[in-house]
Amino acid sequence: MDTDLSSQDRKDLDKFIKFFALKTVQVIVQARLGEKICTRSSSSPTGSDWFNLAIKDIPEVTHEAKKALAGQLPAVGRSMCVEISLKTSEGDSMELEIWCLEMNEKCDKEIKVSYTVYNRLSLLLKSLLAITRVTPAYRLSRKQGHEYVILYRIYFGEVQLSGLGEGFQTVRVGTVGTPVGTITLSCAYRINLAFMSTRQLERTPPIMGIIIDHFVDRPYPSSSPMHPCNYRAGEDNGAVYPSVEDSQEVCTTSFSTSPPSQCVFTVTKAHFQTPPPVVTDTLKVPVMGLAFSHQPAALGVGSADMGFPVLFAGGLNAAHPHQLIGPGKEGGVPPIPSQPAHGTQADQERMCTPLDGVHYSAATPSSSEDTETVSNSSEGKCGSPHDLLETIFIRKVGAFVNKPINQVTMANLDIPFAMFAPKNVELEDNDPMVNPPDSPETESPLQGSLHSEGSSGSSTGNTHDDFVMIDFKPAFSKDDILPMDLGTFYREFQNPPQLSSLSIDIGAQSMAEDLDSLPEKLAVHEKNVKEFDAFVETLQ
Amino acid sequence: PHRTCCRTPPGATPAMNCRAEVLEVSVEGRQVEEAMLAVLHTVLLHRSTGKFHYKKEGTYSIGTVGTQDVDCDFIDFAYVRVSSEELDRALRKAVGEFKDALRNSGSDGMGQISLEFYQKKKSRWPFSDECIPWELWTIKVNVVNLANEQERQICREKVGEKLCEKIINIVEVMNRHEYLPKMPTQSEVDNVFDTSLKDVQPYLYKISYQITDSLGTSVTTTMRRLIKDTLAL
Repeated sequence: MDTDLSSQDRKDLDKFIKFFALKTVQVIVQARLGEKICTRSSSSPTGSDWFNLAIKDIPEVTHEAKKALAGQLPAVGRSMCVEISLKTSEGDSMELEIWCLEMNEKCDKEIKVSYTVYNRLSLLLKSLLAITRVTPAYRLSRKQGHEYVILYRIYFGEVQLSGLGEGFQTVRVGTVGTPVGTITLSCAYRINLAFMSTRQLERTPPIMGIIIDHFVDRPYPSSSPMHPCNYRAGEDNGAVYPSVEDSQEVCTTSFSTSPPSQCVFTVTKAHFQTPPPVVTDTLKVPVMGLAFSHQPAALGVGSADMGFPVLFAGGLNAAHPHQLIGPGKEGGVPPIPSQPAHGTQADQERMCTPLDGVHYSAATPSSSEDTETVSNSSEGKCGSPHDLLETIFIRKVGAFVNKPINQVTMANLDIPFAMFAPKNVELEDNDPMVNPPDSPETESPLQGSLHSEGSSGSSTGNTHDDFVMIDFKPAFSKDDILPMDLGTFYREFQNPPQLSSLSIDIGAQSMAEDLDSLPEKLAVHEKNVKEFDAFVETLQ
Repeated sequence: PHRTCCRTPPGATPAMNCRAEVLEVSVEGRQVEEAMLAVLHTVLLHRSTGKFHYKKEGTYSIGTVGTQDVDCDFIDFAYVRVSSEELDRALRKAVGEFKDALRNSGSDGMGQISLEFYQKKKSRWPFSDECIPWELWTIKVNVVNLANEQERQICREKVGEKLCEKIINIVEVMNRHEYLPKMPTQSEVDNVFDTSLKDVQPYLYKISYQITDSLGTSVTTTMRRLIKDTLAL
């Protein structure tokens, strides 16, 4: 029996592990943001949710994780670690937890990759969601604010637990066996904080004793910078996050059921030979992006039930770029720009954070505008729909753009199941608006004007190279349960293809045909002159 | 979904081929609901998938499961549950009945609530379908009465810590990757999963409870079987 992993399986497995690592980081960091997390279930597969779980992707966190991984995967001796630490407003810091994603050598050759491993990874993520609320740092992170903040740091390599103090405890989240090794997820957390209740931490500012000792004991300098577990929008250095070039980010979403013996229907041989659904390398289908159109907590509302984390803090302290004032205390919150994970367009990346400028001014008119639009559509309760991951919007390369479609393929996007994403836009290759047909010889003034429309379109297209709509929230529309809401409708139909009757070739042809058939038609009409006359008389 | 009542196969006790886990908690009366919901939701989080959509040739795709944080009011504790209002309502109803039964039973305040996952096996007429349990979670509850506010405050924290331990226990069991029903074909899906919910798809389950006296024997045989579709509001 062939126990070696097929290359397709191997590719799938690597991809699963990579995205599992990224999602693990997202879950951990989001659990330490200090706010309640709420995502919606969606009965129809959107094709973009890895492991069938609605876990939001905070772009900065993904970027940090990818940076730490640097294209590698967890392997023996190379673990991915997320370090959670606490930093007081005085500047003292202390490690609270280390979450470790490790790989050991114990292989399970028999296990089916595209099915069992995938489902077990999904189960492991659910366990992680549960366990992240159960360690002591969760309660600390919920209370972060002016006195202290929670920071995270991602590193890859050997696990370093010495910063946790004596007597730290470990909790295992779970393991998943794969043909290349066993993935283990665990958390080591400090407990000699235990005598210090959270109340003490809030009221007595300098916790000099413990923290200084700890600080001195630190045997190694941080190899990577700490990041606050608040969304740090708009870097002080204005860094934007170019998406790492990823190939083949598409994952299968379809699963096969091997028919049970008592099943009645016949299964053809073709079915058995069909390999598990495939990962295609390049897909020339319309580009799908991920839209995170969500409703940020409208801080003016002050509803305690706003489950969505306030990811933008109101004020950015210029002196401490890595540290933001606690969330939820002041200022309005602009919506998070989504980041279509597409690596080739630098222009586009700049577009990805269009709202940075807005963010810097705390509680400005612009932010109150945002609060307005939010309150129009906000439900106030986490229980009601938050479409965090619900909508896929069609990322339309703007009309009049002449760049080849090849650069804009599904394969460059970080979504699983992209091949099953709804294809409800015609291919841009056929879109005459994008690729205006060559101009024929001018035969009529009408044709001439049609042609000039097309060419003028393309020339203007060259000036704004990429026009990509990042996020769209139509006013007064509720993005909720219906799959086709106003926003989706607008996005889908915003750039309709040119009418075929207006396209040059067909227009020219039909015009010519019309002209040719005119004499015939005139002859026919002359024959029926009497009928026409009678008709006219009835009208009088 | 049909309102067929399952019969346990003759001679079979829940213990046969069925994984059984028991958790015990001591809580104050007003903490019963939240503690039960925390445990039940955590189990169901692991035992629910997205909705299946079957396509040709026996392939299917799976919907997305959302999650949300729930803060407890009477316990220093928070947990994650599946984002499904229907499921939440069903659990709250069952837990509410359990709590009422506990309260009405007298001062002893002991009982247990069980969450059982089962598979249906179709039988020929005139026999009704069999229900074959494959996992059984039992939560034994001991209700305590506290004298003053200080004790209540301590109880809040202690029960919170205990629940943290329970969550870790549950996750441990889930991680063993022991028997799970095989993924069904389209015709079999209702024998394995509860497909009546519109946004998620838990494995078929039923919740029942018992009130016991201090000797541990069942005083009232209030074994109510809450079949899923009867709870649809």
